[in-house]
This record gives sequence, structure tokens and C-alpha cells, in this order.
Amino acid sequence: MPEMTMAQALNDALDLALADERVVVIGEDVGTTGGVFRVTDGLAARHGSDRVIDTPVAESGIVGAAFGMAVAGLRPVAEIQFLGFAYPAFDQIVSHVGRIRNRSNHRFSAPMVIRIPYGGGIGAAEHHSESNEAIFVHTPGVKVVVPATPRDAKGLLLAAIDDPDPVVFLEPIRVYRALKQDVPEGRYTVPIGVAAVVREGTDVTIVSYGAVLRDARRAAELLGAEGVSAEVIDLRTLSPLDADTVLDSARKTGRVVVAVEGHRTLSVASEVAALVQERALYSLLAPVERVTGFDTVVPLKRTEHHYIPSPDRIAAAARQTLEA
Amino acid sequence: MDVIRYLAEDGSLLADPPVGTDRARDLFAAMIVARTYDRKASALQRQGRLATYAQFEGQEAAQIGSAAALRADDWMVGTYRDAAAMWHQGYGWEQLFLGRMGDERGGSPPEGVNVLPPSITVGAHMIHAVGLSWAERLMGSDRIALTYFGDGATSEGDFHEAMNFAAVFSTPTVFLCQNNGWAISMSRADQTRSETIAVKAVAYGMPGVLVDGNDALAMLAVTTEAVERARSGGGPTLIEALTYRVGPHTTADDAGRYRADDEVDAWRTRDPIDRLRAYLQQTGEWSEAWESDLEVDASAEIEAAVAAAEDLAAFEPDGHLGRAFAEPTRPLADQRRFVPGDDHA
Repeated sequence: MPEMTMAQALNDALDLALADERVVVIGEDVGTTGGVFRVTDGLAARHGSDRVIDTPVAESGIVGAAFGMAVAGLRPVAEIQFLGFAYPAFDQIVSHVGRIRNRSNHRFSAPMVIRIPYGGGIGAAEHHSESNEAIFVHTPGVKVVVPATPRDAKGLLLAAIDDPDPVVFLEPIRVYRALKQDVPEGRYTVPIGVAAVVREGTDVTIVSYGAVLRDARRAAELLGAEGVSAEVIDLRTLSPLDADTVLDSARKTGRVVVAVEGHRTLSVASEVAALVQERALYSLLAPVERVTGFDTVVPLKRTEHHYIPSPDRIAAAARQTLEA
Repeated sequence: MDVIRYLAEDGSLLADPPVGTDRARDLFAAMIVARTYDRKASALQRQGRLATYAQFEGQEAAQIGSAAALRADDWMVGTYRDAAAMWHQGYGWEQLFLGRMGDERGGSPPEGVNVLPPSITVGAHMIHAVGLSWAERLMGSDRIALTYFGDGATSEGDFHEAMNFAAVFSTPTVFLCQNNGWAISMSRADQTRSETIAVKAVAYGMPGVLVDGNDALAMLAVTTEAVERARSGGGPTLIEALTYRVGPHTTADDAGRYRADDEVDAWRTRDPIDRLRAYLQQTGEWSEAWESDLEVDASAEIEAAVAAAEDLAAFEPDGHLGRAFAEPTRPLADQRRFVPGDDHA
């Protein structure tokens, strides 16, 4: 089993997906250059520039054209370079991509994937570190998937391309090259809509996803050194959310911390907290804690570390639930 | 840029006709049905049986004449004002009524009819036509896509992205602007400083054509040329059809607030149906009895569509929650318990 970074695993997934003649990759700089994060490196050379298509700089155009392709019968995978550049395409996503099945009463659908690198932690320029996944979660008709590991990234992307509905596939920039993992060769899928318990525990549940998952695991290790047994859940799919896995864990541990990089108000953490109080309140031993970014523009490099949830902040929130 | 025109306003020929009189009679018959629908829909709205409705009276030639240039399996991507064109391409009147009655089943044309449900947002749909026709070419098909939009939509960013993509990738797309003079209350003169909309094609590197949108024969001729260019690999075309909506923007709009009555009266004298009738009269192909028969048949067709749409039972709650995805997701399945009157909890 080869060791791969997330970027390599995603490249492997796209390479395998392109064996299906219906799949096309479309976006800015995805062809010759192989994408700003090199996720599409070499794909145009192997599959041709008609299948891996470099476009002019026009996010609405990329997503809108991919939408038309999907309706006509292709399986486009559109790439937007950074989440902060996706806003011009948001109109297409919310007004058309997510609605065509409803508007046409199932007569038309848009089976497409919109890949967007997101999140901070690499000291990038303004607009390059956004973590606004909640706006897509709030959008009817699209699924939202966030891998946290290379192995999941490959399996989830292949599942997203197979999915009959549009998927916004958010790739945590901070993880692209941060770790390597054994990744199975060949095709396999990781189901969309199913969370994973990545560390078992009995005292407190830490729910996270994407880049923050690693910080959640480190927090669990810090807590473990103090004799606290923390369970860690990787949501993997933000919409549809796997409430059952979260609720089962909440009922077991009685304490829940949700750690996300997005802005605090109306974040995925807000939804998880609401679900837990709605359906597992009588199992709770403490209020649900949220560890999040702030309701501010994501700060630049020098102060970014204050914004992104750290293992220490997550562990502190867990201790808070234990003291309650 | 000259305005392409085959029929003078009195119906006399200005050039050799692009099609025979049989084809001209077909266009006339279709325009009669379209106007019957439009007037019926307006009446239903006033009776409270239809939601807000966007009338197209005055634009029948622009829509029917251009739609007649398509093959049955070509794509069409239109707007809320393009019912005549959509119907001509196979989208049923019943579905068109249903959409305006507030029923999503109006969005599903019959299988094999490649017409997207009308786009309500202005401009975003033009790029869909680019993607559709691009995909057809990548799949080895020679289907093309025609997209309709108004003069106001050319102010949207998506118009420019669609035009640019289509030209850069030479997609088989026909852009058809029905310049009806007004974007709700904004006049064409306040919309753009371009001398014409057709001239914008130059900037993108594609042919631009200016045509009399109230001349059905001219609409058919220029659209046929653009469609053939697209189908044979010649890339996209922008057509600007000069036409007019004699009604308001929608039934919720009061055009009297921004538009002078004499402007409307002047355009009424250029009515597309009157013009084609005059031509057919001059060629001996029209009779009062024939038009009367057409009207009787059109009325029956439209009334049957209204009855069918009104007789369709409303969706059950599952119909609403089950339409977001191919299969309802777990959160949606959970939400069924909150639907009033639903006992699936």
C-alpha cells in the first residue's frame, strides 16, 4: 500500500475517475500547471486537455458550465482555487446546482463535484484561508464533504463523483501535505453521510472534521495524559450530517465538545450542539461546548494562530465539560 | 450593423423569402397558439388561478421563429418569458401552466425534450447552455444549445462569462437576446452604452447578428444560420432580436410608471402576427376561415391544458421532501415528522 499525502491521494482518485469517459475536470490552471496545489498534476497529460480543461478565470462560469455538462450527462469535477474565490460561484451553486432536481421534479439533475481547497493555517494571503463551509451546509440540494485524511480523501472523492447529486468537496489546505498515510491502490469508496469514530473514549466526545480533526486528536492525547478518556468523531460529511454517530457517542460519554474552524455563529458546531440538546439532552452531564473560529474575517499570518482552534483550546473546553 | 429583415411592416417582401409558404403558415399557426396561451395565462392570473405571470405578447415571432430553427433533440435554456419557444420545442402547455400555478411538476418536460425549466434569475442560465452544448460535443453528439435572455441580462456578469467561455472553447451555443426595450423599468438606453447588443459579440470573437424580432421569417433565417454554424463546428453566435413586450414586465408590474402609451401604440402597429398575416394574405395563403379555425383549435388546446393542470392533485408532503436529492437524506427523513398532517413520525 503506497504512502500518500492527501494531495497525492486526491490526484490518484481523479486519475482513476477519469477512466470513466463521462468524467471531466474543469477549472483554472487545472491542466498544464496541475492546479495551484498540484492536485490535478499530470492528469491533462494522461487524459487530454479535452478531459482536464483549463478555463479562463471565471468561477461562476466554471461552476455554471460544469452544471450544464452534468445536466447533459457528463460527470464534471470543477475546481475552485480557494474558498475565498468561490463566492462568485455561490449564486450558481445555491440558485441552480442545488435546485435543478427540485425545480424539474427529478427530470434533470446535476451529478457534479465542486472541489474547493479551504481553511487556514498556512499563512496565506487574504481570501485564501476562509472556512465558510456552513454556507454550503445551509444550501439545499448539495451535499458537503470534508476529508481529514489521505485515505478518506480518495474514497470520499470517488464516492462524490459517483453520487447522483451535486457535492461540494472541501479540501483542508493545511492537510494537503501535512501527513502521509497508507492509501489502498485502485478504486474504493468511503460512503458519504457516514461519520467515523476515529478514537474511542468514555468521558467526553470531541466532534470535528477537516484540518481541525488532527487538533482534536492531539487534544484527546493531552486529556489522556490527565486520565480523561476522550472519544473523537470525524464527521467527514457535513451535509447530510450523520447525527446518529454523534448522538450515540453523546449518550455514551454525556459530554460533547464540537471543534470547527468556521465562524462561531451558525456554524456546523451550532447544528451539532442543537441536535445533541434536542435528542440527547437527558444523557448530558454538561452543556455542549463549541470551540470555533471567531465571527471576524480570518486574520492574516501573524495572528491566525489565535483564530484557528488549537489542541489546547479544545482540551480546555473538554475540561470545562468535566467540571460542570 | 444592419437589421436583417425579410418582411416590411406591411407584410411585403424585402428579399427572397428564406422558406416556403407552408413553413410560413406553420409559423403563423404556432404564433396563434402562443398568443392564445399568453392571453389565457394573463386572464387566469387576474382570476387568482395563476401566480405572477410574465407576458410575452409581441415577442411571438422572436420566440417561435427562432425555436423553429432547432432540431427536436437540441437543448433550449430559456427564461420566465420564453414559454412560446419552450412549447415549440416540446415543453407542454400543461407543464408551463403548472409552473406558474406553483407546482414543481411544471419543471419536467417529457422525456426526450431537452428544455430546461425556465430560469427565474436573470443571466445565470446562459452559461448552462454553454455547458450543455459543450458536453454534447465532448460526448460526440451534434446537438446544440440555444439560450434566450433579455437585454437586461446582458448587464449581468454571467452573460460575459458565458460569451467568453463559448468563444474560447468554440462551443455550439446560440445566444438569443430578445431586446424588448425594457428591463422592468430600465430602458435599453440606460442599460448599456453599446450601440447595439449584437455588437458586443465582436469583443468576444464571435459573430453578432441584428435582426427584426417581429419578423418571423427573419428570425427563422438568422437562427437557422447560427444553428448550422454551431452544429458544423463553427462555434457560437450572438443574435439580437429587436422586439417589444406590449405588456408590463409581469402581472405585478405597472408599466405605466415608466413607459409612455404612445411608445406601446407604435409597437402595436408592428405586431408580429399582423405582419405575417399580411404576408400570407399577399401570397394568397391566408383566409379568415383558416385563422378562425386556428383560433378555435388553439383555444381548445389551451383550455385542455388548463383543466389538466388544475385537476392534478397537489403533492403530498413526501413529494416536497423527496425532491431535494435522488434519495432523501437521513436529515430529510428525520424532518418528515415536522410536516403538518404527515403521520410518518
